[in-house]
Amino acid sequence: MIGYLARRLGYYAVLLVVAVFLAYALASAALGPRTYFEAKQPRPSAAAVDRQLTALNINDRTPVTTRFGVWAEDLVLHGDLGRTIHDTSVNEEFGRRIWVSLRLLLVGSLLGMALGVAGGAWSAVKQYRLPDRALTILSFVLLSMPVFLVALFLKNGAIAAKDATGREVIPFVGYETPGLAGGVGAHLADWGLHLLLPTLALALGGLATYSRYQRSTMLDVLGSDYLRTAEAKGLTRNRALLKHGLRTAVIPMSTMFAYNFLALFTGAAFTETIFAWHGMGEWFIQAINEQDVNAVVAVNLFAAVTVLAAGFLADALHAALDPRVRY
Amino acid sequence: MSASLLEVSDLTVDFGAVPAVRGVDLAVRRGETLGIVGESGSGKSVTALAVLGLLPRAAAVGGSVRLDGRELVGLPDKELARIRGSRIAMVFQDPLSAFTPVYRIGDQIVEALRIHRPQGRAAARRRAAELLDLVGIPAPERALDSFPHEFSGGMRQRAMIAMAIANDPDILLADEPTTALDVTIQAQVLDVLRTAQRETGAALVLVSHDLGVIAGMADRVAVMYAGRVVETAPVDELFARPRHPYTLGLIGAVPRLDGRGGPLVPIPGTPPAPGTVTGCPFAARCPLVEDRCRTAEPALTGDDGHLAACVRAGELAARAPRPEEVYPVPPVPPAGRPGEEILRVTGLVKTFPVLKGTVFKRRVGTVHAVDGVDLAIRRGETLGLVGESGSGKSTTLYELLALTRPEAGRIDLLGRDTAGLDRAGTRELRRAVQIVFQDPMASLDPRMPVGDIIAEPLRAQAAPRAQIDRRIPQLLRQVGLEPAHASRYPHQFSGGQRQRISIARALAVEPELLVLDEPVSALDVSIQAGVLNLLQRLKAELGLAYLFVSHDLSVIRHLADRVSVMYLGHTVEAGTVESVFESPRHPYTRALLSAVPLPDPVAERARTRILLAGDPPSPRERPSGCPFRARCQVHALLDDARRARCEQEVPLPQAAAPGVDHLAACHYPDA
Repeated sequence: MIGYLARRLGYYAVLLVVAVFLAYALASAALGPRTYFEAKQPRPSAAAVDRQLTALNINDRTPVTTRFGVWAEDLVLHGDLGRTIHDTSVNEEFGRRIWVSLRLLLVGSLLGMALGVAGGAWSAVKQYRLPDRALTILSFVLLSMPVFLVALFLKNGAIAAKDATGREVIPFVGYETPGLAGGVGAHLADWGLHLLLPTLALALGGLATYSRYQRSTMLDVLGSDYLRTAEAKGLTRNRALLKHGLRTAVIPMSTMFAYNFLALFTGAAFTETIFAWHGMGEWFIQAINEQDVNAVVAVNLFAAVTVLAAGFLADALHAALDPRVRY
Repeated sequence: MSASLLEVSDLTVDFGAVPAVRGVDLAVRRGETLGIVGESGSGKSVTALAVLGLLPRAAAVGGSVRLDGRELVGLPDKELARIRGSRIAMVFQDPLSAFTPVYRIGDQIVEALRIHRPQGRAAARRRAAELLDLVGIPAPERALDSFPHEFSGGMRQRAMIAMAIANDPDILLADEPTTALDVTIQAQVLDVLRTAQRETGAALVLVSHDLGVIAGMADRVAVMYAGRVVETAPVDELFARPRHPYTLGLIGAVPRLDGRGGPLVPIPGTPPAPGTVTGCPFAARCPLVEDRCRTAEPALTGDDGHLAACVRAGELAARAPRPEEVYPVPPVPPAGRPGEEILRVTGLVKTFPVLKGTVFKRRVGTVHAVDGVDLAIRRGETLGLVGESGSGKSTTLYELLALTRPEAGRIDLLGRDTAGLDRAGTRELRRAVQIVFQDPMASLDPRMPVGDIIAEPLRAQAAPRAQIDRRIPQLLRQVGLEPAHASRYPHQFSGGQRQRISIARALAVEPELLVLDEPVSALDVSIQAGVLNLLQRLKAELGLAYLFVSHDLSVIRHLADRVSVMYLGHTVEAGTVESVFESPRHPYTRALLSAVPLPDPVAERARTRILLAGDPPSPRERPSGCPFRARCQVHALLDDARRARCEQEVPLPQAAAPGVDHLAACHYPDA
């Protein structure tokens, strides 16, 4: 098992380097920090712009490989992600925002997976009966809506609730109440409440997608001989379903979790913006608007690491669920 | 009150509006073996599953199933679960899919033990090892940690039996337990079932389509047809004096390995679609049908434990006719004398590399699928190619049909060496050799009308339209179908009819050699007999030569003129059917023949069996010397000096006597 996971990890490390270089090259080619400076009032001299660009290591007249080399050297040797276009530290901004995003992504994706697997399995067991039909309809409604629409619905719902009751029942702005007094418990409750709507916006998408796949893998398993064997040896139907059915039906899902994580990340960018969370997604959109190459690359690095980490976790999950892959 | 352990009365199972089981009565006494025999769709498996409450929710079960007087039908799942596996245990057909793939064998047996008797993991594991040992799995401690896919089919079925007897059940239900296995493995597994029954004293309910298996195992037999028991009797009585025409027909339809039993008796037609029967469900196929059969379904009646659901049962009991005296047997014209040799294969070799690695493939081994095969077929002759799975039969066929230079050895087809064929030569040989596959459903395009399917080989040979239009009705009639069937689709036909379509397609281009790859093994026996008779007729009429591949030795015995036996890629014995089947010379052939059960309980009890040890070795390993020696019953008894020869020297085919058509590749034949 360790050997298998170590091999996968090595493979992901190579992928990470490739992904980051491509992101760097693409951001450098697509964004134009020069125009950003040239558009300043009063307009700085060409030499001053050049100097500024060089200082930030984003001068388009330096070859992109050289720039990448400098950037990568700083990152590897000093853990430095460079300067933003406002000449502030990317690392500082990165540190501030990463936990905001991770909280949302982690809770959102895990909740989406759990809901999707449970819903899909339940749907399969109740095939063509009311719960199955209801979940199928709900899933298709959610699948046909982009994440930002779901998020807006949730937010408007919360606003409507506030208008109706006269107080903020469920918070819909930011990730904490500023200046909240009280102990750790109060803070945690406040965080949880703030997490509710944005997480739900992400998790509902997961529920919709995963439950469709889980339903079909579960249906395959439901007709399998080994499930019948499990019952024939004396397990009740429900225990057989859980121990012999669901376990095998989740295995093909583990790969999906990994690759769906990227879609989730995209969704999170919108969700953060709508609920005014100052996370990585919001920063990403901002940075693109400001032609901020280093910030864009930093967010890409974050995305690549999280997606590959998700892939690695999926591998570990796969290996844990299906011991045969280790050989 | 009755002495029965399990009493099934008036059991019905409906899937929606479709009745699968229509009033089945069965009784199982302590320690006895009840055989339930029937063709696909007769409701025999559904009956077995209904006893344990294992049918899908969509099935509505009615009637009564009593275990020691306790009603099981309608019992809540929790109560039933307590009975399943502890008092009634089940062995299923396909041992590959019957184990959960992600759990170790040991854990699955331990689970079965601990559900019913709470005990420590270590104790349960020790017991599981004992069970594996009992069913004859070598190194049981190590086997506990294996995953199901690491076991061979026979080993898996042994482990399945071990799991079933784990809690000392009173009843073992075995649903086609050996159908997916090769005959030598089947013999082993049946032996294990007997051991298991002896050790636990359990009653055995054996569901099978194979009359031979039933004849050898059962004390009493119930014959099912269209969802009902149509006849039940003690086994000797049933085979000797069947009282239902269907039972009589079944016995007549099975080809026999001992060459006795006369011509094959096909039962005309197919079983009725469930839910469409009024009167006796067998009436439409019955040669003894009377008007009253069509109005009311006869009840199961009789005396001395021999019951039959037929109005003319008394008549059959008194007269005891042979099957061919009741059923019309189509005349099979005598085959002409074989002509010149049209196929000769010498020293054929085919290997496959075993590759490893995701990006960079590297060769880590070699599968010696075919490792020295010799065949010869003359015009108008049927050569039976026999061997168990993995013996290289199919690879041999595909090498033949490839019409290219073989890896090693030589193939001469119609006097031409396939190594040096030009385009035109390939084209001509493509026409001359046609194939019929095992599964007629899978080998016919479901979206093509039958007429187009049959016309396809003609079109491929660029035959003119007029000729194609003339040929299709002619071909359909030739295989016993109607010309009007040309516009129908494959799914509108029964299994036997589909195989007839496959044969018509193969015959379209007037081939000289027909390769038949297990053409009847997907068919029920009553249907199989009709197809075999058709093949015999066609051969005589058209002067065809057949290369007939089958794992079923009885079929080969019935149909073939000469036979060639393969083991692990080698031809180990070849000769005329009479000489090979009457006096087999290679130890493997002898074991193979002795493993085939006879559909005759008296003869079956009287004969001695050779049980081979273990499974065939993997074709990845290429043993030195004789490929069979590891399992050979003769080799095991030799002295060291003579053994060494088997270990060092590959035996070459030797004729029994100069000029005799009977070769065996063994250093000590006839030993």
